[in-house]
Amino acid sequence: MNKNNLILYSGILIFGLAAPFLFPAFKVQLSILCVLIVLATTWNIQGGEMGYNSFGNILFYGLGMYLCASVQVGMFFPLAEWTESGGEKTFVHTPAQFFQGMAVGLVVAAIVPTIIAGLIGYSILGLRGHYFAICTLGLGVAAGEISGGIEIIGAGQGFTTPPFPDVGSLEARGEFFYFLSFFTLILTFIAVRSIYSTRFKLILNAIRDNEDKAEAMGIETMKYKIIGWMISAFFCGLAGGIMGGLVGYIDSTDVAFDGREMGVFMVLMAILGGKGTLWGPIIGATIFHIFKEGFWTFFLGWQYVALGVLIVVIVIYFPEGIMGWLREKYPERFGEVVDEKDRKAQVEL
Amino acid sequence: MDFMVFQYPMITVQACLDGILLGILFALIAYGMALQWGVMNIINIAQGDLVILGGYIAYFMYLYGIHPAWGVIVAPVIMYFLGVLIYKLVINKVVDRDLFISILATFGISILFMQLMNFAFGADVVLANSDYGTTMLFNNNVVLPNSKLFSAFISILFAICLVIYMKKSKLGRAIRATAQNARAAKILGVDTEKVYAATFGINAALCGVAGALISITFTIHPYMGLPYTIRSFMIVIVAGLGNLPGVAMSGMGLGVFEEFADYILGTEFRIGSVFLLLVLILVYRRFKLSRKREYLK
Repeated sequence: MNKNNLILYSGILIFGLAAPFLFPAFKVQLSILCVLIVLATTWNIQGGEMGYNSFGNILFYGLGMYLCASVQVGMFFPLAEWTESGGEKTFVHTPAQFFQGMAVGLVVAAIVPTIIAGLIGYSILGLRGHYFAICTLGLGVAAGEISGGIEIIGAGQGFTTPPFPDVGSLEARGEFFYFLSFFTLILTFIAVRSIYSTRFKLILNAIRDNEDKAEAMGIETMKYKIIGWMISAFFCGLAGGIMGGLVGYIDSTDVAFDGREMGVFMVLMAILGGKGTLWGPIIGATIFHIFKEGFWTFFLGWQYVALGVLIVVIVIYFPEGIMGWLREKYPERFGEVVDEKDRKAQVEL
Repeated sequence: MDFMVFQYPMITVQACLDGILLGILFALIAYGMALQWGVMNIINIAQGDLVILGGYIAYFMYLYGIHPAWGVIVAPVIMYFLGVLIYKLVINKVVDRDLFISILATFGISILFMQLMNFAFGADVVLANSDYGTTMLFNNNVVLPNSKLFSAFISILFAICLVIYMKKSKLGRAIRATAQNARAAKILGVDTEKVYAATFGINAALCGVAGALISITFTIHPYMGLPYTIRSFMIVIVAGLGNLPGVAMSGMGLGVFEEFADYILGTEFRIGSVFLLLVLILVYRRFKLSRKREYLK
């Protein structure tokens, strides 16, 4: 790590720690931004680096959301009664119970989707290209439809997550969720950055560029594909658990397995920023979130129309994303050596 | 869980008949998808939304006092021009690109259409009543609405017309040539751009017919598009591109499967079971091919 990087990272860290006190009105928005960055960054592991464009990471996100909330309730109170009668009115978590439940819930929310990704990975990741994309799209929607029919987690009427306990300060809820999501973001960033500096990333790139050749070179591609997907699932589950607590209400198709919104958002954010780069998804998620909140406020009711147009425009005109565009414009900054003669020849052509 | 199906044979007959009549409609939509997939190598996620839009055209005619069956003629005409318009605006920029790009772009179109229909027609479940009455079979044990028979008949009619058109007409020959080899067709003087636009238009028109029939026989709702896309995708990957009898058979099979899933698992799991079936079919084919060290292409 050189000196410039150190200054950049510590600047971001200090800004992140100070942000909820600098902009107290935007705490929830900033927490959602952190979650979005986590989702985009982890989608990029298998979508951008490995070339397996998944619409199904929403599956792990929704699973994490339901698991975290169910564990948090189920540890102390009967789950069936809670969902049946809007239990938050009859049962109240004490602060100790709430935080204990949240901690255990988040661990479960991260571990279980990882295991599931490992189990289904062998069958699903054998599919390639668009078959993989459509299959994962089907998985996500199927999960939403099926969880909408299960009584114990609220079926169609939704599941209210435990309300934040009374700890004396009104600001506590926002700050708690902000720091939770911010530390998850830091954890994700460190994990992804260290992954990207190992041989593992090169193997993922080899799979993206030509899977058959990678296999012929003696790489056990299936093993690495599954590991890549499991890493995505781990952080998606964690992000889902946090988001469930933050939103406070889980609906099967509108909040948890929301393939139409969150499932496309993560793909879009990564593409907008630039697939297959470390910073691309982060920049993409930030810009997308600001853009989206602007739309959601000024075009109330028309937001999905705007979203549809946005998707088409980004995909058609920006398939390389912001990082790809920068790379083309300033190749020297990315460590690419450009021959002056070559460039001149291109301009003349 | 409800195993009435196996105790009362008449329910089985009812489910099979309903499923087959529904499946013919699915096959018509799937044929459109196979056409555009084969010719321009595009997977259109907005397929289902085009179907629903066709349904709303028929529904509107019904609201204004015209018999909705005329929608079968009006909807495809409107949808053809809409399809060509979509092609000119969006699709022609993604035709020769990565398939994933086309999936994402049509996903955007799908969201756009879904929401515009929601604004224009409201979020209610609607149907266009055709007043065709019902037919009773087997001692009044099996109820068969005549509208379903009508829709199956019209679907088959359109499918036959289209097959003849593809075989005999000049445009049909150009479309088939482009599907085989776009570059060679271009060299031999086929205007592929025009062929692509026509293909997308024909696909949209087929969706319009199917949608009008669905609005007569079943119900339509702005958000019901995606399941139709998934169904037609599933039918195409089971039957293969350019295999018309296969498309018809697997469409009917899917219809029967759905009716039984509806009876046995309950209506709330119907759509979920369709999506799960897609995953299972893909995984099954993947394992079958991996024995020969191949993969789905």
